Amino acid sequence: MFVLERRANPSFKMALASPILAALGMIVTGFFLFTVLGKDPVQVFYLFFIKPLSSLYDIGELLLKTTPLLLCGLGLAMGFRANIWNIGAEGQLTMGAIAGGGVALWFGDSPSVFAMPLMLLAGVLGGMAWAAIPAFLRTRFNTNEILVTLMLVYISQLVLSWLVHGAWRDPEGQNYPQSRGFGDAETMSVLIDGTRVTWGIVYALGLAVIFWVVSQKTIAGFRMQVAGMAPAAAAYAGFSEKRNIWIALLVCGATAGLAGICEVAGPIGRLQQQISPGYGFAAIIVAWIGRLHPIGVVFGALLMSLLYLGGEAAQMGMSLPSAITGLFQGLLLFYLLAADLFITFRLKRVRAVERIEPKPAKASLESAA
Amino acid sequence: MGNMKNSEIAPGSKPRLVLSGITKRYPSVVANDDISLSVRPGEIHAVLGENGAGKSTLMKIIYGITKPDAGTILWNGQYEDITTPSQARRLGIGMVFQHFSLFETLTVWENIALALDERVAPAKLAAQIIEVSEKYGLPIDPYRLVHSMSVGERQRVEIVRCLLQEPMLLIMDEPTSVLTPQAVLVLFKTLRRLASEGCSILYISHKLDEIRTLCDSATVLRGGRVSGTAIPKNETNESLARLMIGGELAVCSLTPRQPEEVRLELDRLTLPTADPFGTTLKEISLTVRSGEILGIAGVSGNGQKELMAALSGERLSSGSMIKLLDQPVGDLNPAKRRELGLTFVPEERLGRGAVPPMSLAYNALLTGSRKGMVQNGMIYPNVMRGFAKNVIERFKVKCGDDQSAASSLSGGNLQKYIVGRETMLGPKMMIVGQPTWGVDVGAAQLIRQALIDLRDQGVALLVISEELDELFIISDRLMVLAEGRLSPSVRPAETSIGQIGTWMSGKFIEPAGGGAASANPLMEVA
Repeated sequence: MFVLERRANPSFKMALASPILAALGMIVTGFFLFTVLGKDPVQVFYLFFIKPLSSLYDIGELLLKTTPLLLCGLGLAMGFRANIWNIGAEGQLTMGAIAGGGVALWFGDSPSVFAMPLMLLAGVLGGMAWAAIPAFLRTRFNTNEILVTLMLVYISQLVLSWLVHGAWRDPEGQNYPQSRGFGDAETMSVLIDGTRVTWGIVYALGLAVIFWVVSQKTIAGFRMQVAGMAPAAAAYAGFSEKRNIWIALLVCGATAGLAGICEVAGPIGRLQQQISPGYGFAAIIVAWIGRLHPIGVVFGALLMSLLYLGGEAAQMGMSLPSAITGLFQGLLLFYLLAADLFITFRLKRVRAVERIEPKPAKASLESAA
Repeated sequence: MGNMKNSEIAPGSKPRLVLSGITKRYPSVVANDDISLSVRPGEIHAVLGENGAGKSTLMKIIYGITKPDAGTILWNGQYEDITTPSQARRLGIGMVFQHFSLFETLTVWENIALALDERVAPAKLAAQIIEVSEKYGLPIDPYRLVHSMSVGERQRVEIVRCLLQEPMLLIMDEPTSVLTPQAVLVLFKTLRRLASEGCSILYISHKLDEIRTLCDSATVLRGGRVSGTAIPKNETNESLARLMIGGELAVCSLTPRQPEEVRLELDRLTLPTADPFGTTLKEISLTVRSGEILGIAGVSGNGQKELMAALSGERLSSGSMIKLLDQPVGDLNPAKRRELGLTFVPEERLGRGAVPPMSLAYNALLTGSRKGMVQNGMIYPNVMRGFAKNVIERFKVKCGDDQSAASSLSGGNLQKYIVGRETMLGPKMMIVGQPTWGVDVGAAQLIRQALIDLRDQGVALLVISEELDELFIISDRLMVLAEGRLSPSVRPAETSIGQIGTWMSGKFIEPAGGGAASANPLMEVA
């Protein structure tokens, strides 16, 4: 029989190594999986891991996809550390896109220098306003933020759909559910020529550094961490729970809203019914792969973005069904959680109890040590 | 002294339980190291030891909760591998836990029916409960809801639950920590009666007086090993303590001191409970002055938790009911009260007084941000670590260093750290809940002395504790909290354990008429 036993001292080195071990486990399992399916595993791995990095354009695509994942992941990680389970970054992203996109449409083709800053600001505020709803409901009525944030995702998507089917529909768009294209001053400039990557990635990386400083070096970050690890200790020390809830949700709303406006003002260039393939949800995995640490989240977002692009390439290049690429991506999270379990616990074999025949006299108390 | 044979107690009868070479290793500690003991029918056998000596692990092994790594259990002459509690119950072993496992929303008989291994018709079970409970002097009403019962009454339910299965061995884990002194006497009568009928009793405790009064024999554990066996009646508290802690018990005492200005004043503090099974605080008035320790006695569950929360600010009340240094603070949060000079040691250490996975240094920051550790919102790690190191050194906290996680410390060492932290914040008023609960004797001594030193420096202290002995040593004045009400205050020298015990059962509402100390405590028990 085997039992899981808590380790006395979880190894710090293993905690750092576990994402690498998880990646190895994923590759080994993937090797068998693709072999059984009759696909050349080496070819699949090439499409998954090498192809997306093989040209400047491809690297640009990688960074482009990294941007919303990183922005949402940063905000989520901050909330998760404080035990605020916001899983509606997708909705906050959508609201950011609507608010920022609305400003862009209002400017029309105007070459105003104020257009872009105001769009970004509106995107941030839109995401924050959407996140303020669960914050208010949680602090006022103690509702569960998991449910509220999730439900608001669907509402935000319906709002977007209603707008692009109605008031904001492009009159010359042959009835497609999309807005007019944004003007030149209302579109983010490309960061590297020959790619589609925008300044959004620079904002995201800058924010990662700021988040790192705040979470590690300031009392505000400390308060949120205490609230997550030991809510009773936070109450004892006098850290306000309500303030933490508001901060965690508003910050994530802001970053997710920024991600939304960066998408529609960047590669998409207009509002349309579909603006995100689920970045807000994928960012939950990104936050966990990154150990809820801002710098870790940067690597988590890069990896997730690579898997997205690799999955697409594998689907097209090897005619793999999307379920298989999804399964392959899921292996990573599976192995990561498994590795984490064995960092805190170890598998111990329980043997039958040794039988000692009691001696007629008092058992001798010689110590074996 | 030394290895006295248990066979001297009841010659001729076959041992009921013989443990040989029981060993249980955990990753960081050997909880039981080659422990042997034997219990005869009808023997009340004490297992004595400090917190962490391995008593609870040993009992869990006997009751089939924990599996030993080595060793044998001989039960009525038969080898048994006891692998589950239900198997232990079938063999005739019953256990009353320190922390009860009753459903508060169910009645007594429903709780007991849930724990029985076979089905019994409700009416028949209720009749059995009444019969057993009356036979052993533990009256309970089978149809009462558990949440309406006091802790002592709940313990009766647990005991009756065991007795219904007619056990041959009853394990009692620290049973008196939840009882008034009078209720302890009733419990002892019950246990003696059980023993006279042939039931063996394993009595786990660290209270020396109780063991000397009740038990026929004792096995003393220290650091997971048997440090000796004894006949408690022939021993003194000092000789038992030497076996238990391997050294002498130090003493601390108060030098008389004139208290000065009022630091804390409660004026008819009334606070309805937020928890449906909690206690409502009713018209609590008290004052604590600079340079005195006010001790609040009483069994936990009588409003202790609620009073602590109201004092710390974790629960807000109307402003003027609580005055700190003449300022109304009832509606201020804990952080604002701390700014006025209040510090606070909660009874829960891990998770409230300290953040378990964080280092001791960061745990200093938890309440110490005013001490220069934070400027303009930025943490100054050197100041923080310096403060933590200072606490570790001055309060002799045994730990790796200031980077050790709070959860890696033993209960006693963590409590020393928390008391040290709150002391070195330079309080004007300090509130301490259960200062030595679950703490080893050496650490308890150091903590009590630290509280007395603070008093001598002119700090006002309010100490809530279940340990009457402790309160009699460190308090200038004593009050009792029972059923959410506070008794009048007395000086320890002018009262007795008997009177405090009577107050602990809530009987102080009518003014006590002088000679309460002489009342026979046994007559006071309902």
